[in-house]
Amino acid sequence: MEEDFILKVKNLRVILDGEKILNDLSFEIRRKEFFIILGPNGAGKTTLFKALLGLIPYQGEIVWTKENIKFGYLPERLSRSEFKKIPISVRDFYKFKESSEEKISKTLRSVGLEGEEILKKNPGDLSSGQFQRMLIGWALLGDPEVLFFDEPTTGIDIGGEKTIYSLLHKFWQERGLTILMITHEINIVYAYATNVLCLYKKGICMGPPREILTPQLLEKLYGNEVKFYIHKH
Amino acid sequence: MIFSQFTLSLITGIFIGGVAGYLGSLMIVKRMALVGGPLGHLALPGVALALLYHYNIFLGALLSIVIGAIVIWLLQIKSKLSLEALTGVVFAAGVALGFLILPLSQAEEALIGDITKIDLTDTLLAIFLGLIVFVIINRIYQKMILSGISEDLAKTERIDVKKYNLIYLICITLIVALEVKIVGTLLTVALLVIPASASNNFSRSLCLYSWGALLIGVVSTILGIFAFRFTGLPAGPLIILSAALIFLISLFFKK
Repeated sequence: MEEDFILKVKNLRVILDGEKILNDLSFEIRRKEFFIILGPNGAGKTTLFKALLGLIPYQGEIVWTKENIKFGYLPERLSRSEFKKIPISVRDFYKFKESSEEKISKTLRSVGLEGEEILKKNPGDLSSGQFQRMLIGWALLGDPEVLFFDEPTTGIDIGGEKTIYSLLHKFWQERGLTILMITHEINIVYAYATNVLCLYKKGICMGPPREILTPQLLEKLYGNEVKFYIHKH
Repeated sequence: MIFSQFTLSLITGIFIGGVAGYLGSLMIVKRMALVGGPLGHLALPGVALALLYHYNIFLGALLSIVIGAIVIWLLQIKSKLSLEALTGVVFAAGVALGFLILPLSQAEEALIGDITKIDLTDTLLAIFLGLIVFVIINRIYQKMILSGISEDLAKTERIDVKKYNLIYLICITLIVALEVKIVGTLLTVALLVIPASASNNFSRSLCLYSWGALLIGVVSTILGIFAFRFTGLPAGPLIILSAALIFLISLFFKK
């Protein structure tokens, strides 16, 4: 029987400004996976996200097995200052996607942001942790089936990071979503990922974290300094 | 004539000033506020011809802006220069051409507008096109703001950013061409930028901001046109100065 795939990628190749960013990449993702993409900077992780979301041109095949599938996306480094220049409130921003006040409050509550006060604030005036939660909530609006998180804890302190990741894991468990996430946190990969795709200059590897994340591989991905991360776990 | 010339110019001003303010509130967010300047200047050769051969100034302005935009677009395909540089080249050439066509002694109307020349056709055009542009901008407003914040987020929401940008540019062109009659080719940028900037100082939400820009656009034109009636000074600059005065006041309300 055909397994329950949600995405099939075959011979994906992305060339941006004459530079080959992704070459001949093939992999598949099943429904309800917590799929983590690992790799050093410049390996093409964000580019892969953008190609999967249809934001940039690519060659090869990207097939979502369902038509008009709904995505939620948290881009890397969306900056608070972009919002500060505009007289926009959190409520306004959420209204772009959802008109029901009730659903807006419910979503904000689910990411730990509560009260009329938050709704009236400019997103640029939130703390970095609140801002990231607000964006996660925005990605969750409209009941998406697939969520893309590109380094969701950029700019957040260690305590905050933990809560963001456990929040995402909770949503994944409760709502039966498929999550694709880029992160450098090896601990998170071990704890949450159902499957890992590593991208590095000389190739790729894929599989469940405990099978493929060998010290040798991590050294290949990140160099020597990562070793103690593994022992920590 | 059913309406006095003054009433016609007032109605025309209200529609153009309001919609320009509303549209301007979007242009500021998209960081395209200054585009209104060169576009207005591009209108000069067409306006000059319209004045010399006595046809409608709006048509002259529109035709001339559209030709200018096509020339910029063609140059962009041909050369590797930035859009900014090419716009500079084309609009300067356009202004120079305009002054060759039109004797300087007759240039005042083309440069700073003349509301005493507004007739019923102009008023009907302003109402009709103003309403159309308003409805279109109102419908694409949120999508445009989202694409201004992050084009990637907008595209993920399946917003056709290219299509909406084109619609938006057409709206800007129409409003700038309409503005020429009121404030002239030199000052078109002002009605787009000043009311929206003032409203930005007053508002904390998008709704207040966009409607505020519209309202300030309307109030500035009314104030300017009445000031013209009592002083006899040219209306275009008076409208712009009224808007600038409101902007100054808004500074004290800055949140």
